Amino acid sequence: MSAIMHFFDVFINSFDVFLNGLWITFQLSVASLIIACIIGLFFALLKISNIKVLVWIADAYIWIVRGTPLIVQIFILFYGLTDIMLIPMFWAGVAGLAFHSGAYIAEIIRGAIQSIDKGQREAGRSLGMSNGLTMRRIILPQAFRRAIPPLGNQFIIGIKDSSLVSFIGMQELFGVASTMGSNSFDYLPYFITVAIYYLFIVLVLTVLVNKLEKKLAESD
Amino acid sequence: MQQGEDMIKVTKLNKSFGDLHVLKDVDLTVKESDVVVLIGASGSGKSTLLRCLNFLEIKNSGKIFLEGEQIEEETHNLNTVRERVGMVFQHFNLFPHKTVLGNVIEAPTQVKGVPKDQAIQEGKELLDKVGLGDKYDVYPSTLSGGQKQRVAIARALAMKPDIMLFDEPTSALDPELVGEVLATMKELAEEGMTMIVVTHEMGFAREVGDKVVYMHDGKIVEYGIPNELFDQPKEERTKAFLSSIL
Ligand SMILES: Nc1ncnc2c1ncn2[C@@H]1O[C@H](COP(=O)(O)OP(=O)(O)OP(=O)(O)O)[C@@H](O)[C@H]1O
Ligand SMILES: [Mg+2]
Repeated sequence: MSAIMHFFDVFINSFDVFLNGLWITFQLSVASLIIACIIGLFFALLKISNIKVLVWIADAYIWIVRGTPLIVQIFILFYGLTDIMLIPMFWAGVAGLAFHSGAYIAEIIRGAIQSIDKGQREAGRSLGMSNGLTMRRIILPQAFRRAIPPLGNQFIIGIKDSSLVSFIGMQELFGVASTMGSNSFDYLPYFITVAIYYLFIVLVLTVLVNKLEKKLAESD
Repeated sequence: MQQGEDMIKVTKLNKSFGDLHVLKDVDLTVKESDVVVLIGASGSGKSTLLRCLNFLEIKNSGKIFLEGEQIEEETHNLNTVRERVGMVFQHFNLFPHKTVLGNVIEAPTQVKGVPKDQAIQEGKELLDKVGLGDKYDVYPSTLSGGQKQRVAIARALAMKPDIMLFDEPTSALDPELVGEVLATMKELAEEGMTMIVVTHEMGFAREVGDKVVYMHDGKIVEYGIPNELFDQPKEERTKAFLSSIL
């Protein structure tokens, strides 16, 4: 009983500090996922370009990301970037996370683009639309709809992965939990608290993605 | 026989996919306002021929003239050439994320820069013409196959093409929906549109077609006036083909 009371105590008393961490997690996630989508779209287009060098570059990027742990990527980018330029820790963290998610998003977008019936492209081209215009106006809007469920999934993974930038010193959710835990030598309640925050974020995102999916399904 | 300029002329057209030689020295001339019906067994190269004519496939050799002008892939902007050659596909290929009217105005506004108001007005007129005046704002998924194909025809016409290519426009349709699409095409032919139509609808070919072309194994085997070619085919292969589809 008293353990549970103690947990609630910790949960309530740490609220302010965790709110700060939550805000940083939110900023990290939004920034890194937006950039990851741009990176992902770029490499997806390279992969479907049919131009050997470009496909090779995209393959190499995806291979590197898949083949190394995220924490290693974060450290390499953090030390690499801070070595060559003056860059805030926040943006070094964003770079690491975006670099990582970008590869998975590239594969999601590529798959979605290739799943669009090739008749769509031909219809666009037969109307005099250029390759680029057909891609932008016809293929990508359909591909993005199809990519929403796997993208939502990847966003959830990305948000949870953002906890790893605590290891370069970011005081986001997980960083807050470990700091407060080690300061008080009372780890468990803080880690349970942080788990609840993550569950809450993922729940909100899941609901949003489902809503979006439903809304788009109606217009089809 | 109708008189007129050559709308499309093809000489010694060859097209291969890898080792597969699909079109073999095809010669074809289509005069302005003519309706040419293209028939032939599956795999004989009918679709490939149409696709070469609007450069969805690039020929290996031969010449293609559009209104007397030779079109060369290297020097011509093929996008501009395609604006002049409308295409209707077997499976409609409507844009599912756009409304019926959205499908029709997409290319005029995006490619030709037609102002939106004007494109909408012209698009509505075209949709009225194909009998879909009550469907402007619905999405294609709610339409029947026959309605979809008529939208596809309106969409192609919105670019004001000089010639229309139809690749088996009715073969994906339920039998009861074939008539409405053929009627739309007939009306178009009567207005003087130059058309090349791949179809096995013999009634349409006889009634609307000015010429019939029979293709076999990548070659044009026989060419003639529909009633003559259907009733007294000269070539054995044409006879065999006609008896197989009737
Ligand atoms: N993109 C392609 N790559 C490889 N082979 C192709 C391609 N397109 C067509 N072919 C081949 O070319 C040949 C002619 O095909 P085409 O589609 O022109 O025939 P068709 O007369 O239209 O037949 P159908 O009545 O079945 O539509 C076929 O053997 C086909 O498999
Ligand atoms: Mg075909």
